[in-house]
Amino acid sequence: MSAPSTAITLASLATHYPALQIVLPLVAAPVVVLLRGTRLVWLIAFAVTLACLGIAVDLYTQVLQQGEIRYAMGGWAPPVGIEYRVDRFNGLMLILICAIAAVVLPFARTSVEKEVSSNRLSLFWAAWLLCFTGLLGIVITGDAFNVFVFLEVSSLATYALIACARDRRALTSAFQYLIMGTIGATFILIGIGLLYMLTGTLNMADLAQRLPAVTQARTLNAAFGFIVVGCSLKLALFPLHLWMPNAYAFAPSAVTAFIAATATKVSIYVMLRFFFTVFGAEFSFGSMPLGEVLMTLSIIAMFSGSLVAIYERNVKRMLAYSSVAQIGYITLGISLATSSGLAAGMLHLINHAVIKAGLFMTMGAVVYRLGSCRLDQLSGLGKQMPWTMAAFVAGGLSLIGVPLTTGFVSKWHLASAGFGAGLPLVPVAILASSLLAVIYVWKVIETAYLRSPLENATPVKEAPISLLIPMWIMVAANFAFGIQGTVIWQAVQQAAVQLRGGV
Amino acid sequence: MAMLEHPILLAMLIPLIGGLLILITGNQPNLRETVTLVTATTLFWNVFGIYQLWQAGTALELSLFDTVTGIPIAFKVEPLGMLFALIASFLWIVTSIYATGYMRGHHEKNQTRFYFFFALAIASVMGLTFSANLLTLFIFYEVLTLSTFPLVTHAGTDAARKGGRTYLGILLGTSIAFFLLALVATWAISGTLDFTAGGILPKDIPAPLVALLYGLFLFGVGKAALMPFHRWLPAAMVAPTPVSALLHAVAVVKAGVFSVLKITVYIFGIESLQSGQASQWMLYVAGATVLLASLIAMTKDNLKARLAYSTVSQLAYIVMGAALAHQLGIIGGAMHIATHAFGKITLFFAAGAIMVASHKTEISQMRGLGRAMPFTFGAMLIGCLSIIGLPPMGGTWSKWYLVMATVDTEQWIMLGILLVSSLLNIAYLLPIPVRAFYGGTTSSNPTTAIKEAPLFCLIAMGISASGCLLLFFYPQPLYELVSALFPG
Repeated sequence: MSAPSTAITLASLATHYPALQIVLPLVAAPVVVLLRGTRLVWLIAFAVTLACLGIAVDLYTQVLQQGEIRYAMGGWAPPVGIEYRVDRFNGLMLILICAIAAVVLPFARTSVEKEVSSNRLSLFWAAWLLCFTGLLGIVITGDAFNVFVFLEVSSLATYALIACARDRRALTSAFQYLIMGTIGATFILIGIGLLYMLTGTLNMADLAQRLPAVTQARTLNAAFGFIVVGCSLKLALFPLHLWMPNAYAFAPSAVTAFIAATATKVSIYVMLRFFFTVFGAEFSFGSMPLGEVLMTLSIIAMFSGSLVAIYERNVKRMLAYSSVAQIGYITLGISLATSSGLAAGMLHLINHAVIKAGLFMTMGAVVYRLGSCRLDQLSGLGKQMPWTMAAFVAGGLSLIGVPLTTGFVSKWHLASAGFGAGLPLVPVAILASSLLAVIYVWKVIETAYLRSPLENATPVKEAPISLLIPMWIMVAANFAFGIQGTVIWQAVQQAAVQLRGGV
Repeated sequence: MAMLEHPILLAMLIPLIGGLLILITGNQPNLRETVTLVTATTLFWNVFGIYQLWQAGTALELSLFDTVTGIPIAFKVEPLGMLFALIASFLWIVTSIYATGYMRGHHEKNQTRFYFFFALAIASVMGLTFSANLLTLFIFYEVLTLSTFPLVTHAGTDAARKGGRTYLGILLGTSIAFFLLALVATWAISGTLDFTAGGILPKDIPAPLVALLYGLFLFGVGKAALMPFHRWLPAAMVAPTPVSALLHAVAVVKAGVFSVLKITVYIFGIESLQSGQASQWMLYVAGATVLLASLIAMTKDNLKARLAYSTVSQLAYIVMGAALAHQLGIIGGAMHIATHAFGKITLFFAAGAIMVASHKTEISQMRGLGRAMPFTFGAMLIGCLSIIGLPPMGGTWSKWYLVMATVDTEQWIMLGILLVSSLLNIAYLLPIPVRAFYGGTTSSNPTTAIKEAPLFCLIAMGISASGCLLLFFYPQPLYELVSALFPG
């Protein structure tokens, strides 16, 4: 093939990046099932993830340079066809999902050897790729019904991923998640159905244009209610979080690291998209009492989640309850309904994804060696697995929000957004609940470093390097973006302005 | 590369690099201790260089990057920081000499880890002293807390774990719940966090709010050990003695009161504090801490515990100096940072030396020990006199200025507290060395087997005790340094 024609093909390929973002992992999933050799399977998954990351970065750069990208799927013009849209917010989200996947995948390769039976491995990777596809699809699509479709794709894949674990409790956890997740998805579907009934369109931009004419309709209020509850279930907002701790605790560790960092975050994205793009900030926060309700629930989540985490004996469950609290921070920022509050919420969305992915990976390494992560079994692990536990300390500091970590940057902006909104009790709540994080993080650190190993425990070695490297990349990101804290902040600030300005 | 040679950056890098070298040379103790000593000396030499540049009128400033939009990590040399940096870096040399004797004499384990975190703590103290805005100060304040945690829990025992929990819980807790809150509030109110002469708070904010903020800051700086957030300091005494000496009599606690002084002078401004009476209530808190801590100290038989409560009380002197919101109070407080540092480090050195030589920790067991360890108890006597504030010791000067400040501001209650507290100091400190010399040996205390402490410990005590004397006879450089805070 001659050089010019290659250039042309590549150039035309680039215009289809929004579609490829989804199609690549989607196609890779059945391929993986067909090829049964595990090594090749993983390589394909990894290559696809890297390609997706490249595409996501390219899409975001395009958005920065030329503004919003619109892509009509299959050439069908919206509102008849499905439209993909990338703006500053979901551009960032795409990068986040792909980057987390790209770091967790090498970790998963070693980690799942111990936690998933080998005859299921290719199915595991297929489910992983489908989950990845679903998450990307939810974020990139500009069509409300398509959101639901991808939500189901990712959720069904996640149920399968959780159930892949050897631990039999994973089955009941997956089932619990399935029931709750399905209820959530159904609520969202009903909401979308009601919107369609009112306006006759499913395209989000179209919906946004037609909805102001029908703001008096009760149906609109009902649709809003269904979507809010559905999203809250999927993002594990207090008190709809009950599915999460077990799902996170018993899933294979790599799966926990991946979905903890992405699945709930994507649900928050969906909620924001509906609040601001579809319904509009004026309706969501003006006509509906969303701000007050969300703020109350968030603050309860921050304290109750952390309190339960303090008394939790299984570290993965502890981290899951901590996620309930941390999601409270994100929704608290959103509930302020100001530009800086929204940006602070988005910032913590990204930062918390990085923090929790890192922490769950450290626990994945512990499970790899110990087969469990009960708190008392961690005794003396600081000496036996120094690099793993040091990573936990570093990630834990970020979770607490110590300066020079991403956690600090998040808390700083959340707290100043609280002052900016004229609500000085918000920063008080944020900082007071951080104290609870100190307690549960330090319980783990104290056990690992200052308690001698259990008498009947067999000494273990440090985790293999293939687990340590991805773990430390994630932990290092905490510090990189904590020290250069302005990079992400500026990006989310612009994203927040764009989101509040409508489509 | 030019930036790496910036003296302020070097002040942080030298201990950091030293720390790494300590890790590398970990299995050759002699080499490792040499590295510590060379690092400490180099650091002091560097800080002294900064002092000379500053005296010559060179404005040293360094701004790195923003962690939070609009607030860079920035450093600047000013009198308070200069003073604190000189003291901390000089006493690090002395403590390194002491630690060599102590850690070996006491057969401590994990010495490499000990020296490494020690260097890390000093690096964060350097960052703290030269910080040009409140956020930079806060960052290094937190790093200091975290880097000293492994030192406090060094022994790894149940007691160490419990002490470490209190230590971290109070220091991290107050800093997040109060300090950070006040920090963000100040940022929201004034839009800047730069240390500026005269303060940065706008003049039109209501006095109760200023008073509340001031309280949040002072309680939030838990390292200043104001009651009721003082418990971490006695808890930290489970650490090896060099840690108690340098960190919990000098670096960490002084980082606390140093922050208080800086916040008072550069964030609130003493004129506005004085006119609004916003610091009045904290004055009472400080006064109460001075008295209560002295009273508790009298009840303690464990020497290190008594010294710890004495430190709580002495720190409150400095906070009182700040809360008086008067020029003389600030000068007295800043001088007290220096004089108390030399006095208290001597006392801790002595306490550690007694422990190494005789394995005694309780004051009641030390009767008559002075004859076996005359040098140690001699140094202790000098330290006690300096803390009490009797001539010919440096402590006299700082207390004098504090007293003058209470007179000038007509805070008669505070004057009374200062006088009563000095009497209490005499009551709980002086009997220790006096009984050691004149108490006569008890039958349970055969002193024949006890020898003087290791030579390295004696050298260190000699230096710090002479410091107490020198500060009395040559207070001029110290006074000039501090009074540069108030030109004209």
